[in-house]
Amino acid sequence: MSDGKPRSFQEIILRLQDYWAAKGCAILQPYDMEVGAGTFHPATTLRALGSRPWAAAYVQPSRRPTDGRYGENPNRLQHYYQYQVLIKPSPPDLQDLYLGSLAAIGIDFDYHDIRFVEDDWESPTLGAWGLGWEVWCDGMEVSQFTYFQQVGGHDCRPVSGELTYGLERLAMYVLGIDHVMDMPFNDPDAPIPLKYGDVFRQTEEEYSRWNFDVADTAKLLHFFEAAEAECGRILDHPQLDPRSGKRIIMVHPAYDQCIKASHFFNLLDARGVISPTERQAYIGRVRALAKRCADAFVETNAGGWTGDAPAAAE
Amino acid sequence: MPDLLIELFSEEIPARMQAGARDALRERVTNGLVEAGLTYAAARAWSTPRRLTLAVEGLTARSPDLREERKGPRTDAPEQALEGFLRSTGLSREQLQARDDKKGQVWVAILEKPGRPAPEIVAEVLEATIRSFPWPKSMRWGTGSLRWVRPLQSILCILSDEAGAEIVPLEVDGIRAGDVTRGHRFMAPEPFRVTGIEDYQAKLKRGFVMLDQDERAAHIWHEATNAAFAQGLELVEDRGLLAEVAGLVEWPVVLMGAIREEFLSLPAEVLQTSMKEHQKFFSVRDPGTGRIVRFVTVANRETPDNGETILHGNGKVLAARLSDAAFFWGNDLAVARAGMEEWRAALGQVTFHNKLGSQADRIARIEALASEIEPLVGADPDLAAQAARVAKLDLASSMVYEFPELQGTMGRYYALEAGLGDAVANAARDHYSPLGPSDDVPTEPVSVAVALADKLDTLTGFWAIDEKPTGSKDPFALRRAALGVIRLVLGNGVRMSLSEMGLGHLMRSHVVRSGEGRNGDGYGFGGQTDFLIEFFVMLSGGGFGGGDYQKAEFWRAEATEKTSDLLAFFHDRLKVFLKDQGIRHDVIDACLSMPGNDDLTLLVRRAEALNAVLRTEDGENLVQGFRRANNILTQAEAKDGVEYSFGADPKFAEDPAETALFAALDAAEAAIGPAMGAEDFAAAMAAMASLRGPIDAFFEAVQINAENPILRRNRLNLLHRIRATCLSVADLTRIEGG
Repeated sequence: MSDGKPRSFQEIILRLQDYWAAKGCAILQPYDMEVGAGTFHPATTLRALGSRPWAAAYVQPSRRPTDGRYGENPNRLQHYYQYQVLIKPSPPDLQDLYLGSLAAIGIDFDYHDIRFVEDDWESPTLGAWGLGWEVWCDGMEVSQFTYFQQVGGHDCRPVSGELTYGLERLAMYVLGIDHVMDMPFNDPDAPIPLKYGDVFRQTEEEYSRWNFDVADTAKLLHFFEAAEAECGRILDHPQLDPRSGKRIIMVHPAYDQCIKASHFFNLLDARGVISPTERQAYIGRVRALAKRCADAFVETNAGGWTGDAPAAAE
Repeated sequence: MPDLLIELFSEEIPARMQAGARDALRERVTNGLVEAGLTYAAARAWSTPRRLTLAVEGLTARSPDLREERKGPRTDAPEQALEGFLRSTGLSREQLQARDDKKGQVWVAILEKPGRPAPEIVAEVLEATIRSFPWPKSMRWGTGSLRWVRPLQSILCILSDEAGAEIVPLEVDGIRAGDVTRGHRFMAPEPFRVTGIEDYQAKLKRGFVMLDQDERAAHIWHEATNAAFAQGLELVEDRGLLAEVAGLVEWPVVLMGAIREEFLSLPAEVLQTSMKEHQKFFSVRDPGTGRIVRFVTVANRETPDNGETILHGNGKVLAARLSDAAFFWGNDLAVARAGMEEWRAALGQVTFHNKLGSQADRIARIEALASEIEPLVGADPDLAAQAARVAKLDLASSMVYEFPELQGTMGRYYALEAGLGDAVANAARDHYSPLGPSDDVPTEPVSVAVALADKLDTLTGFWAIDEKPTGSKDPFALRRAALGVIRLVLGNGVRMSLSEMGLGHLMRSHVVRSGEGRNGDGYGFGGQTDFLIEFFVMLSGGGFGGGDYQKAEFWRAEATEKTSDLLAFFHDRLKVFLKDQGIRHDVIDACLSMPGNDDLTLLVRRAEALNAVLRTEDGENLVQGFRRANNILTQAEAKDGVEYSFGADPKFAEDPAETALFAALDAAEAAIGPAMGAEDFAAAMAAMASLRGPIDAFFEAVQINAENPILRRNRLNLLHRIRATCLSVADLTRIEGG
């Protein structure tokens, strides 16, 4: 990989991976489920809880069914990529580390105007909030920068610093592309050069049609309720596993169901079958699941449980 | 006298919080210093996105030594008393002095509190200030427990004088105060030392930081107006945006860019709102056409290409935003030209409030009410109804969905596009007004009718479902709605009985109509808009057994009660409003007890006339005379157990002053009656005030409680005439003071 300006979407991703690897982050892989944002990855949601230090970075494919535009809108997609960094405790030089990552993908601070503009982050579905900024580069929002204060209703101690890059938008800006589908995905000089559209235009059409008109709302509703019930059922199990004789709290399997419920809700929302009043109720139901998962996670080793006594409830 | 310089250097502070933070830092630190015994000559606070700075000039170097003598128990007092005294003073017996006192010999404690050096005091005060700083929202970071608006990175705290600078010894959660700061994040990131306030300002300027927010704002304004002027254009003034942008940059660089041709046909308000909300751009207008043709963005740095890259990037973001806006505008125009039916249908699906139905239900109610109001404001009945039907349709448009603050503004464009004419279109725009106390009041009759109908429907609706404002909670902005009604009524001289209008609307629109029979609802009654059904069912204990007549009577009683409660709310708001106009609350009370108090125009005219007359010497003294007459009469009536209202007879008048009072009352009554009938309150008040001389003379010359019972009774009856005459004008018993 060369210095100077990156030439493709994937080169930007690779440079971010290299950069954060060099800064000591574990480079994780995407979570293998449909999520609305990189924050839903358990590497963020759950690992932001408890006292154990953590540093991870990963690409997360994200789905927002309501944003589907059949691949026609220059920058709206129902499936897109986020780049996510979570470091706990947040290091004192996190802003500088972040700026270093922008430099790594070819943004020259001598010529660009970088701004940290107030943007408090809140996820009603995760029962989480934090303070931070949206980062502007020449008036374009290129990242979200958040100091997590609460997740799943628990105070974050220590506080995690979270960075989220909207990869398509950032890459379009760096590469000077006006329509996302025209963006080089691999190197433009490769034997088989591929544009973003070559990879995703057809899927955007397919999913837009399905999301908006075809998805079976009765089934989605049923799936939502099934996931909700299963999440609760998993967590209702006693901690002691009779087969292995070990204390095994099944947080991640339960959290998977929470993620599913959240995605089914998003699909229902895109189908336009959720009224504004019901909307709040659904969000509250997902939040209740996230809260239970968070409660359970802090009872596990990864969540800082030390084995002597149950971790004190926040 | 040293100067104190404090800089709290942090990650980016939200622009909207900076002004409050400056004030809080200045007040808390200076108050703390003064409380600890220091004095200072001047204090100023500044802020940039990354720093909060306080400069205190001419601070005393030490707090003064204090000496206090405290008298204790007598030397022969019991041991416990002495021990208590020693405990409270913290001294030992040897340190006390025995002194002679009037009551004998007593112990005296000499308490000496030596002054403390300024650095010690500053350190304490600043630490306390940091730990309890009133940020609207604060956070923790890393492993610490300190809260600040964003991570606090360093503290500069020095005391400086001719001899040099001294770092104030202070550490807050591992952050040790020093004399070092940094310049602009990108243009001058190297740390540097600071030796005093001037040195700090000068070095910051060299480090590309304009410390003073006012200087930044002035700079931005100046540069931006110049750039616009140079091209024959003008900058659209926006003070809020200016303050915000000045809070986003340390080194403001103004850049002006063009708006692409394809977007120039968008309404000016759309361009302005989109640019301001999304990009924090100023708008630049062509004074000839009134169109927005350029934008101004404020960058936070200078660049080797003079901002070209930055401007290009910003222009690109703007183009993407305006593409969205143009798309919305195009879609909306198509719907508008087709008569807006699509929006009408859509609003049937949008809930206004779950107990008050959909937006479509609400529009139907407003239309009905506007038709009632229209004759009172001289609006064309067809136009008023039409305006009420379309005024809120833009709520379903894409543009208003994207920019809620453009409601009404878009409504006007769309109504014109639908061919509905100016009166209706202006009502769509203006019926939300007045929003604030300084907002203009609509005057076009159609707009007034719809504006009043809209607000009255909101008020009666929320009163019907018992969602009244309480304390500081007013989630549906009902106080504002009531003030809006008051200003619309008074501003246009509308004569309207609020009680009748409110009751009528409550009965017609918010209460089920009896006798129409609704199928399948289990209650056997119904109407088109039955929002109160649950409320009344609940009140009545779950069901109605009686006939329709009883139900109707029940609802009427409920609605009447709610109407009078709503009227009281209007009166409260009116008092607040009139107080700001210089009319005392007791003057309003005196008029509130008069008939027709639900006609605000009449009520206020009466109050204004009374207020004016009370400011005259006659008026002021008349109140005294009235009070005296009223007191004597009330006491006599209480004592005698009778009411002296039989009509005084002039033939028993003994004193010329008494005779004169009879004549004056005759004249005043003759004038007051017709004046009141003609609602000429000034004339009625003047006639009342003219009684002042005769009343004063009467009290001067005559003893009321005369020994002759006939004379006494006649005089008391005369007092009754005074009272009755005055009370026919206003309830003077409500007037306070003496």
